[in-house]
This record gives sequence, C-alpha cells and structure tokens, in this order.
Amino acid sequence: MTQYLVRRLIIAIPSLLGISVILFTVLALAPGDPFEELATNPAIPPDVRANLRASLGLDDPIHVRYLSWLLAMLRGEWGFSFVSRSPVADLILQRLPTTIAVIGAAQLLALAIALPVGIYAATRPYSIFDQIANTLAFVGFSLPTFFTGLLFILLFSIYLDWLPFVFRTQIDATGWRWWWEQLRQSIMPVLVLGLFQGAAWTRFVRSAVLDVIRLDHVTTARSKGISESAVTMRHVVRNAMIPVVTLVALQMPAVFGGAIVTEQIFRVPGIGSLLISAILANDTPVIMGVTFVFACLVVFFNLVADVLYGWLDPRISYR
Amino acid sequence: MNDGRILDIQGLKVHFATDDGMVRAVDGVDIGIDRGETVSVVGESGCGKTVTAMTILKLIAMPPGRIVAGRILWQGRDLVPMGPEQMRSIRAKEIGFVFQEPMTSLNPVYTVGSQIAEAIREHEGLSRRAALDHAAEMLRLVNIPNPSRRVHDYPHQFSGGMRQRVMIAMALSCSPKLLIADEPTTALDVTIQAQILDLLDEMKQRLGMAVLLITHAMGVVAETAQRVVVMYAGKVVEEAPVAALFARPRHPYTQGLIRSIPRLDMAATEHRRLEAIPGTVPSLLHPPAGCRFAARCRHAVEACRAEEPALRELGPGHKAACIRADEIA
Repeated sequence: MTQYLVRRLIIAIPSLLGISVILFTVLALAPGDPFEELATNPAIPPDVRANLRASLGLDDPIHVRYLSWLLAMLRGEWGFSFVSRSPVADLILQRLPTTIAVIGAAQLLALAIALPVGIYAATRPYSIFDQIANTLAFVGFSLPTFFTGLLFILLFSIYLDWLPFVFRTQIDATGWRWWWEQLRQSIMPVLVLGLFQGAAWTRFVRSAVLDVIRLDHVTTARSKGISESAVTMRHVVRNAMIPVVTLVALQMPAVFGGAIVTEQIFRVPGIGSLLISAILANDTPVIMGVTFVFACLVVFFNLVADVLYGWLDPRISYR
Repeated sequence: MNDGRILDIQGLKVHFATDDGMVRAVDGVDIGIDRGETVSVVGESGCGKTVTAMTILKLIAMPPGRIVAGRILWQGRDLVPMGPEQMRSIRAKEIGFVFQEPMTSLNPVYTVGSQIAEAIREHEGLSRRAALDHAAEMLRLVNIPNPSRRVHDYPHQFSGGMRQRVMIAMALSCSPKLLIADEPTTALDVTIQAQILDLLDEMKQRLGMAVLLITHAMGVVAETAQRVVVMYAGKVVEEAPVAALFARPRHPYTQGLIRSIPRLDMAATEHRRLEAIPGTVPSLLHPPAGCRFAARCRHAVEACRAEEPALRELGPGHKAACIRADEIA
C-alpha cells in the first residue's frame, strides 16, 4: 500500500512537469509585459527599461526562463505579484482556507443531499418520491450557478434582507459572533454550489444504485433472510459507491473551477477570485502559482480516487 | 392430502404486469414435497419453473410480479399472506436457495466467509468470530480445500464450480429443512455438473433435508430425483415417480423431452437425427385456449383445443394433463 502510494506520487511528477511546461509556454506567449507601466512613464528612458529587462532575465530564451522558474519553484520561491508586490505563496495561503472551507462545505452538502435522496429514490423507482426527486434534480443542474447565485442574492439579501450578499474578510467581532457572521455570509455560496452539485450527483447515485439493485447477488442477499435495509446498505450501496467515488473524486478539480464563478458572484475572497483578478491584471506569477495549485489538486484527488477504489473493491489490488 | 408434506403448493398463479399486458408466468401450479424427498421440476426455458421456485421465498420482484391465487403451505402454514418480517425468518433458516449463476450470485466486494456468516449471524445469533468459524466448517462440508484460509478469500478468487460450492454452503449454513436449487449446474462444465449433483446428494443424505431441484436437463432428473414434475407454459403437465416417468411417460410433451435426450446406446450406423420438439413455447401473454401444448403436439385432435385438460391420476402417484394419455402411451 505505502509502496503503491509512493509509486503513484513518483508517477505524478512527470505529469506536473508537463502541466507546468504548458502553463509557462502559454503565459509566455500571452501579450503583456510586467514593465508596461515603466513604458508609459516619461521619466524612465527606454534603455533603462531594456537594461532592467535584461538584468532580470526577461530577454532570455523561453527554455532558460522556464528552467530558472522551475528551480525557484522547487526552492519554494513562488515569486512576487506584479500588482501587490506581495509573495505569491502568501497570497495563495491567505486565500486557500476560505476556498477550502466554502467548497468543502458545499461538497459535503452535495453529498448529504445526493446519497440519501439518490439511494431512497432508486430503491423505489418511479414512485412519487422518485419522480419529485428527479424533477428537482433536473431543475437543479439545469440552472447555472451564476444564475441561481443572483436569484439567491435577490431573494435573501435584497427582498428579505436576511443574509449579507458580500463576503467580508474582516469581521469586527470575536468568539461566537465571529463564527455566526462567518456562517451567515457562507450560507449562500455554499447553498448555490452544493445544491447544483448535489442535483447532478443525485441522478448519478440513483442510476448507480439502480444498476446494482437488479444484480443476482442482491437476490442472494435477500434469500439469506437479512432485513431489507441491510440488503440495501451492505449489498447495494457498498457496490454502487464504486462508480460514485470515481465521479466525486474526479469532479473535485472541476468543482474548484466552477467555484471561481460562485466566488466572483458572492465576492468570496478565495483562490478563484485571486486567479480571475490576476488574469485580468496580467499578473503572471500569481496565475502560474494558482494554476499550479489547481494542477496539484487534480493529481491529488486522482490519487484519492484510486486509494478509495481499492478500499471499496477488493478485485483491485495495489500492484 | 399427505401429512408428510413439508411444502405444498396449491393452485399457485403468479402474474407479471408488463407494458404489453399481463404475463401469466405461473398459471395454476400444484407441487408437493415430502420430508426428505427430492422433487425435480423440469421444463424448457420460460415455462415458469424458476418463477415458481423464487415465489416460494417471495424473491420475485413485486411489483411487477404478483401472486394472484393459490397457497404455499410450508409445514402447514401459508406463506402467501406472510409479511416481509415473517418471510425473513423462513429464508435461509428453513428454506435455503441455490441460484443458477454462481459467477454473479456472490457479492464481489465481501469475502465468501463473511457472506456465509451473514446468514448464520442473522438466524443463529452467533458472534462474528463464531459465525466465521461456522462458515469455515460449512466450506469444509462442501469439500473446499483449506477452508479456514479460504473464508478470507473473495469470490473472484474462486472458480465457477467452487463458487457454486460456496453457494451451497451458504444455503445450508442454517440447516434448512428444504433446499431449493434453481438450475444449480446449468452454468457449469459437464464434469463439474456431476460433482455438484453428487455434492447435493451427499448433503441431502447427511442433513436429511428435502430438495426441490429445478432443471431443464432430463439427465439430471434421472440421476437425482425421486419424483418429477414436468411444467409447460406455466402449468404442470405431468407428475410421476422418476422410474415411472422414464418407463412410461404419459404426456406427449414429456415423451418429447425424453426422446430428445442424446443417447450413447443409439447405434451410430442408424444415422437417425436427434429428435426435437417442433415449434416454440406459446406466449404467456395470450396463452392459447385448450391444451397449451396442442400446437406442437403430434397427437393433437380437435378436442385438445376445445378445453384445457386437467391433471388426472393414471397410475400410483402418476398424473398427466392430457385427454389422450391412455391412447398414446
């Protein structure tokens, strides 16, 4: 098992390198220049600017620049933002907890909806409950988050005035009041993301359970005289979780992507809005840093999926 | 009626609602099994034998299936009106079930030991450890080598024949009084088939249970059963002690089934084709009026299509549902 993990992590290195090469090349090809503001400043002569560029290695061929970037990354020097001049690593670390809290809560909510509803609906296919759940799930994942987000703001913040519609980083409160405020401002982004994800997963869980429920071994389980709930939980759900785990783990990176939109709508100061503002400001070091973090998350969740697989399905062995 | 009857199915009708209409899968079936007896139900695919067997433990999907009429008397108690909780106490504990497909009938994600132990823990209230020991004991009983190690293996680590042994061990783990085996050898190689039939016989001798063996192979019937019930299109067409059935089959369908067994003693020089019964099983959506076999029967006369023939006694324990039974055999 440990050996398997180590090997998987070693295999991840070339893919991460590949990703970084592509990212670096694309960003190098993109228009824009960190010394743009110097170009518009009449007090600085063009040759000073050219010297500055040369001294910083910006005129070197791209592979040389990539290598020096890579070495710096490996040493943990992620560079400085062109805009705020603060270290990229600090910016990311500042934003990451908010993103993880909001997205994590949303995913937990999505699972808390999808698992029970999907399983219950599948054990009673075409019942009233199943039909209502199906319809709601359809509506849920047909509505894009930027639309439901706006609807939620309109309803809960503007008409009802229950919840704040802008996420604040600084809350002037301590103790339980701080937690309360944090909770209030997180409700809408978590709901919007969680309901959307939950709707899609409900349909997936339902079909995965339906696939298993008609298998022969479920009838065998029933013939043993164990209770219907034991049949469902032990013999149906356990087997149906194998494809669900794949989907959930492999969708995680996409969720971070989708969260960018939600973070923009609710002004959540997360890693997604950091990426958007960095792209808009042509802030190359931040873009590189954030996209690289996303790439690592993709690799990480793939690994999590593989480990969970082996735990759920003994036919898969770690060799 | 016979008091020794452990299971007595009377006038059972099981219908399935489909988009095309009501399929009368089992349409008035009577089968009785005495204590310690082996009864074999034969018939071709789709004749309702598996549905009959599954209905005894209510393992058919309901809906779309429905028990329309009849009684299933288990030691005098009718199983038909029983609720799910009462049925659970019958399953595995009193009636064990072996399924047709050993490759798919075990859950791939649990060890065979825990799957056998599950029934034991449910009905005997043993601890996990004790149940697992008992499971190993059951594996030893069905001649699986190295049972105490094999209980920790997963189904995919067993061959088809071994899995069927595991299924039999599972079905027998709570010492049921009746074992229903639904085509237990159909999915297996011929050599393994014989082994499994021998095993079933051996288990029966040792544990003294009754066996209801569902099969479509006449050879299997001749080898294992004491009494035979022949089903056709959802109905019983003939019932007889095994010797009487092979000596003098009374129903044309049974005669056809017996004639279609390939025989080694048939001279190769004769160049006779193996006989087959012409035609196919009638649709159970709209079964034909009169005798359901009439369309494929070489002895059919006008009267056969007029009225459905009833099962009638033709000899000791020998019944057939054919109006011409006396003339043709």
